[in-house]
Amino acid sequence: MLSIKNLHASIEGTPILRGINLEVKAGEVHAIMGPNGSGKSTLASVLAGREEYEVTEGEVLFQGKELLPLSPEDRARKGVFLAFQYPIEIPGVSTTNFLRTALNQVREYRGQEPLDAVKFLSLMKEKMALVEIDQKLLSRSLNEGFSGGEKKRNEIFQMAMLNPILSILDETDSGLDIDALRIVSNGVNKLKSDKNATIVVTHYQRLLDYIVPDFVHVLYKGRIVKSGTKELALELEEKGYDWIKEEVDSTATV
Amino acid sequence: MSKDNQILEDLNSKEYEHGWSVNFETDEAPIGLNEDIIRWISTKKEEPSWLLDWRLKAFKIWQGMTEPNWSNVNYLKMDLQALRFYSAPKQSKKPKNINEVDPELIAIYERLGISLNEQKRLQGIAIDVVLDSVSVATTFKETLGKLGIIFCSFSEAVKEHPELIQKYLGLVVPMTDNYYAALNAAVFSDGSFCYIPKGVRCPMELSTYFRINAANTGQFERTLIVADDSSYVSYLEGCTAPQRDENQLHAAVVEIYAGAHAEVKYSTVQNWFPGDKDGKGGIYNFVTKRGICAGDHSKISWTQVETGSAVTWKYPSCILKGDYSIGEFYSVAVTNNFQQADTGTKMIHIGKNTKSRIVSKGISAGKSQNSYRGQVQVMKRAHNARNFSQCDSLLMGNQCGAHTFPYIDIANPSAKVEHEATTSKIGEDQIFYCNQRGIATEDAVALIVNGYAKEVLNQLPMEFAVEAQKLLALTLEGSVG
Repeated sequence: MLSIKNLHASIEGTPILRGINLEVKAGEVHAIMGPNGSGKSTLASVLAGREEYEVTEGEVLFQGKELLPLSPEDRARKGVFLAFQYPIEIPGVSTTNFLRTALNQVREYRGQEPLDAVKFLSLMKEKMALVEIDQKLLSRSLNEGFSGGEKKRNEIFQMAMLNPILSILDETDSGLDIDALRIVSNGVNKLKSDKNATIVVTHYQRLLDYIVPDFVHVLYKGRIVKSGTKELALELEEKGYDWIKEEVDSTATV
Repeated sequence: MSKDNQILEDLNSKEYEHGWSVNFETDEAPIGLNEDIIRWISTKKEEPSWLLDWRLKAFKIWQGMTEPNWSNVNYLKMDLQALRFYSAPKQSKKPKNINEVDPELIAIYERLGISLNEQKRLQGIAIDVVLDSVSVATTFKETLGKLGIIFCSFSEAVKEHPELIQKYLGLVVPMTDNYYAALNAAVFSDGSFCYIPKGVRCPMELSTYFRINAANTGQFERTLIVADDSSYVSYLEGCTAPQRDENQLHAAVVEIYAGAHAEVKYSTVQNWFPGDKDGKGGIYNFVTKRGICAGDHSKISWTQVETGSAVTWKYPSCILKGDYSIGEFYSVAVTNNFQQADTGTKMIHIGKNTKSRIVSKGISAGKSQNSYRGQVQVMKRAHNARNFSQCDSLLMGNQCGAHTFPYIDIANPSAKVEHEATTSKIGEDQIFYCNQRGIATEDAVALIVNGYAKEVLNQLPMEFAVEAQKLLALTLEGSVG
C-alpha cells in the first residue's frame, strides 16, 4: 500500500531524512521509534505534505501511485490521515462544522454525494462511541481549551469519521494519562481492518502495549537503522537507544 | 457585446460581482456644488421651503468647514466641484406602487438578487430601494400601514409626514456635526424613513438597498428611523455599486431615535466596489451613523459587515441618554488589496445604569490597512455605567496593517469599563491542519475567517448572515497561498 524508497528531505537546507526505505502492506501496523531528533515527526509531516519540508530525493508510492506530487488536501482525500502531535486550535469553528466540511470535500473528490445533516449526525453518533467522546466537546471550538487528552481523542474521532486507508499517528501518546491512552488505543484498534494500515510514531514503548505493532523500526539520524517485531520495542524500553546509536556510529566510522 | 468582452466581464465580475452598470435615461443636476444646485435639487423634489432653508443653512455651515484628516486613511481628496450631486432614473411620473415602477429598474434589482415582488413576503422583508439618488419603490407599504408603521422614501415622508420629519431630522446627527454630515444635510437626495408607533413590534425585517449606478455621482442618502416607546424594529441595509475607474463618493447619514423600552436593531452588509487589485477606483464611504437611546430601558444595536469601499470612514454610535439603556456595536471589517478602513464606534453614556458592548473584528489582507477607532465616554451623572469592548485583528500575509485606537473617557468613578484586544495571523499551521483533513486552502480560509467573525455574524438575521459569510470568503479569495 505504501512504499517509501530512498526518501531524503530537508528543512531550510538542513537534511533531516537521509534515505528512508519502508514497505507497508494493508492490514499492518508499523511502529516508528527513535531518539529525539531522529526524524520521526519529519517523516510523518513529509508523508502528509507539509510545505516547509523539501523532498530532495526518493519517491513514495501510495496504492501504486506517486504521492509526493499531490497537494496535502488531495493526499487526505485519497485516504492519508495524520493524527497531529499538537492538534491545532481553530476558534469559532466547531469540530462538527469542521468535520462536515472536511468529509463532504473528501466525498466530493471521490465522486460521492455530500452527506445531509441527518446522515452526518448518525455517522457522528456511531463514531463518537468508538472513542468515548462527548457531543458537547464536538460543538465547542475545535481544540480550543481542550485538555491534552481531549485533543488526542478528538484526533482519533476525526480519523474514525474520515475512515482513512493509511493512518499516521504522530506521538499520539504524548501528554496522555493511562486512561486516556487506553481509550485512544481502543479507538485505533477498533478502526483496524485488513484494508487499512497504521504507522505509529512514538518515542516510548508504552503505547505499543495497547496498539500492538507487526513491525518496529528504529529511526536514527534520518535512516531506519534497525527493524524487527514488537520484541525490539521491549528491548529498546529496557536498554534505551544508546546501544543502537553506538552500533550505528561505530559502523559509520569504520 | 462581443464574445471576448463577455468573457472579460465575467472574469471581472468574479472579483466584484456587482460591478455592472445600466444605461437608462436619468434626470441629472448640473455638475458642481453651489447654492443654485441645492435649490435645483430642492425644486426637483418639490420640497417645502422649510427644508430648502434647512439645506441652505447646512450648506453655509459646510462652507466654513474643512475636510477632516485625523483618520488613519490616505486618499486623494475629491474635487467636489467635479461631482454631480443628483442623478435620478427618469420616470414620467412618480410610481404609486410597485406595479408602476419601470421594469428596467426592477430588472436591475433582480440582478442584485433583490426581488421587489411581493414574494418577498415569504421572507418577511420589506424593502426600500435607493438607486443613485432617489428611492425607487417601497414594498409592503400596505401591510405595514395597518399596524401604523410608516416605511417609505425620505422624500415621500417629507410630503406625507412633515411633522415627524421636522421633529426628528437632524436631532441625532446635527448638520454641524462634521464635514460630511453637513454636506449630506445640504445635498441629500433621498433615503428611507421609518416610524414604528408606540407598542408595535414590526413583524418583518425592514430593508434598504442602496446602489450607485451613474458615473461621477455622489450618493447622499439619509435614513431616519424613529422607534416610539415600547416598539421594536430590525432594519437591514445593503449596498453595491458598479465598477468604475474613478472614485465615487458616498456620504450618508443614518439617524436612529429609540423611545422608552424601544429596541432598534440595525444591520449593514456593505459591499460597495472596493477598487481593483491595483487600488484603482472604488467608493469613498464617509458615513455618519448615530442612534440615541432617548428613553429609559431602550436599546440600539448596530451590526455591520464591511467588505467593500476603497476608503471607509464610519463610526456607528450610540448616545445612551435614557437610564438603563443599552448600546451594542458588532462589526466585521475586511480589507484586501489597497482598501483602507477606519471604523469603530462611540458609546456615550449619559443615563444611569447604562450598558454598552463593542465587538470589533478586523481582517486585513493584501496591502490593506484596517483600523479600529472607538470611544467610550462616561459622563458625570452616568452612575454604574458598564462597557465591555473586545477588539480583535486578524492579519493575512505580511504586507497589511491592523491598528487599534481605543479612547476611554470616564467622568464618573462608578463606571466599569473593560477592554480586550487580540491580534492574530491565520497560521500556516491552521491551514495545513484543514488541508490534512481534505479541505482546500480557499475553503480553509473561509472556514477560519467565518469562525473568527462568528460572534458578529450571529447577530445578523439569518438570510443576511449567509450572504455575509459568502462575501467574506469572496473578498479574501486568493489572499493566501
